[in-house]
Amino acid sequence: MGKSTTSMKDFEDISLRDAFGKALVLMGEKVPELVLLGADSLGSTRGAAFAKRFPQRTFNFGIAEQEMVAAAAGFATCGKIPIVTAYGFLISMRACEQVRTDICYPNLNVKLMATHTGLSMATGGTTHHCTEDIAIMRSFANLTIVAPSDAVETAKAVKSVIYYPGPVYLRMGRGEIPKIYSRDYKFEIGKSILLREGNDITIMAFGIMLIEALKAAEILAKENIQARVINMHTIKPIDKDAIINAASETGAIVTAEEHTIYGGLGEAVAGVTSAFYSVPLIRIGIQDTFCGIGPEDGLRKKLGLTAQNIVKASKKAILMKNKEII
Amino acid sequence: MPIIKIWGGYSKLKKLNSRELAKKANELRLISLEMIDKASGGHIGGSLSAMDIITALYFNILNIDPKNPKKKNRDRFILSAGHKAAGYIPVLAERGFFSKKLLATFNKLDSPFGMHPDMNKIPGCEMSTGSLGHGLAVGLGMALALRMDNYNSRVFVLMGDGEIEEGTVWEAAMGAAHYSTDNLIAIVDYNKCSMDGPINQVLNIEPIEEKWRSFGWEIRRINGHNMDEILTALSNLPKEKGKPTVIIADTIKGKGVPSIEGDYHWHYGLLSDEQLLDARRKLVGGE
Repeated sequence: MGKSTTSMKDFEDISLRDAFGKALVLMGEKVPELVLLGADSLGSTRGAAFAKRFPQRTFNFGIAEQEMVAAAAGFATCGKIPIVTAYGFLISMRACEQVRTDICYPNLNVKLMATHTGLSMATGGTTHHCTEDIAIMRSFANLTIVAPSDAVETAKAVKSVIYYPGPVYLRMGRGEIPKIYSRDYKFEIGKSILLREGNDITIMAFGIMLIEALKAAEILAKENIQARVINMHTIKPIDKDAIINAASETGAIVTAEEHTIYGGLGEAVAGVTSAFYSVPLIRIGIQDTFCGIGPEDGLRKKLGLTAQNIVKASKKAILMKNKEII
Repeated sequence: MPIIKIWGGYSKLKKLNSRELAKKANELRLISLEMIDKASGGHIGGSLSAMDIITALYFNILNIDPKNPKKKNRDRFILSAGHKAAGYIPVLAERGFFSKKLLATFNKLDSPFGMHPDMNKIPGCEMSTGSLGHGLAVGLGMALALRMDNYNSRVFVLMGDGEIEEGTVWEAAMGAAHYSTDNLIAIVDYNKCSMDGPINQVLNIEPIEEKWRSFGWEIRRINGHNMDEILTALSNLPKEKGKPTVIIADTIKGKGVPSIEGDYHWHYGLLSDEQLLDARRKLVGGE
């Protein structure tokens, strides 16, 4: 990756979705092969700004996500770089087979930009919750999965994803996520980011759960427990080295994700630790249930996707590490 | 990247006329049957019903160059009914994309060819297919991309008749009409059979012409085994400027092997030695 010419300052005080829309336009200026594909949701996915700036490079397929994803494959075979925008549950489930068979199997350069993931559509209920997408997408060979956690990171991730060869699934939430970073850091697909040093426990998270992970680390610090916090923005390929280092140096891991505990970050991390450096590992996530309806915060609290729960899990993992419980 | 070295014959192939094409198609039917025989089974019925159309495309219609299979302004062909690969791979070999000797590896371990074609292993193959209902939407994406770049390329998508029972076909049909992609041509190999039985008994797709017309497509209805009709239908496209064209080709499942013609049981199978000998006599004459 070359040095960024985009001013990250522009992304500091806007929402993650707005950052996505803005980054797309900037990349559209730089990369003439970019085309935007939408499915009657360009407004809510924030593709609208690109559509306005580049109407000839925008294609709205209407409410037909399977067609859109298959068409993206066609665009890619002709040298275009299609940006496919839709709600995450529609890309990962409605168009699941097209993603696997038309994009991943031929290894085509298509960028699947999944918005409204996790519990972003909290009051939308289960039909609109996107809490199984990583499990599904992780199982497809050739596919890279990236999940930024705030506006600045989204802008950086969009740029990286567009320059990254091959199919990518970019997972974005909707909410107004508080800023986690300053703008000066390097974003590299596949390389996790150390946010806080610590040697008693490691907390790994991405997306909206990263804030909870940082809050948990602060609470733990008050009890003299030093938690390492790592931003696992790339779920696939997972940063094996960071996991092995965390396992060997801190001896216990807690993962946190706004996703089912099946097939998500937790299992990806467990896959590495069980093969290379086995340590106690507790997964915070949605426990094999549909989530019900409510405001985002309320739902997260109900499901245990909170700093408090991460603290609890961290203490338990440390006891396991010290063989005080099994 | 293709794992096959490109052979690259016939770059400046003289277009075959309808008589020569019909002969070529029958020769290719036999090659296909022999390939299936070596593999101990294959999708015989649909491969034979589509053979005249695929042969006409590759030896008369498509702007392609086996020596330069990725030239940007080429026409595209998508075998959306990917299970007809046994009727497609021999055509690519005969057209010079790779050596015919490779056909003997069909379905074998690590072969570039199996029941369904893989674009990253087969030179000249434009899309990996096999799961039905995907090709038309992929072709629409190609047609839009090619039009954006001002290429005159056409995109031909061959589907099975049963395939159009898939909902995604109609998403793409709607999309193509909406975007006026007159460089997109769908072909329906209407052999009247699907896997479980005669198509009108499994799921009736009639009235097929009215369906496509109401979706905004121009229709050409032909006998898919009459080379003159095939060539006429595939020439002078689009039929109407600003509209995609569908060619509905009435065909016979298993065409060329009298003992299996029109029998839905021959979606997949293996001819007996006697049937294969009969087919050889019928298709190329003599022994």
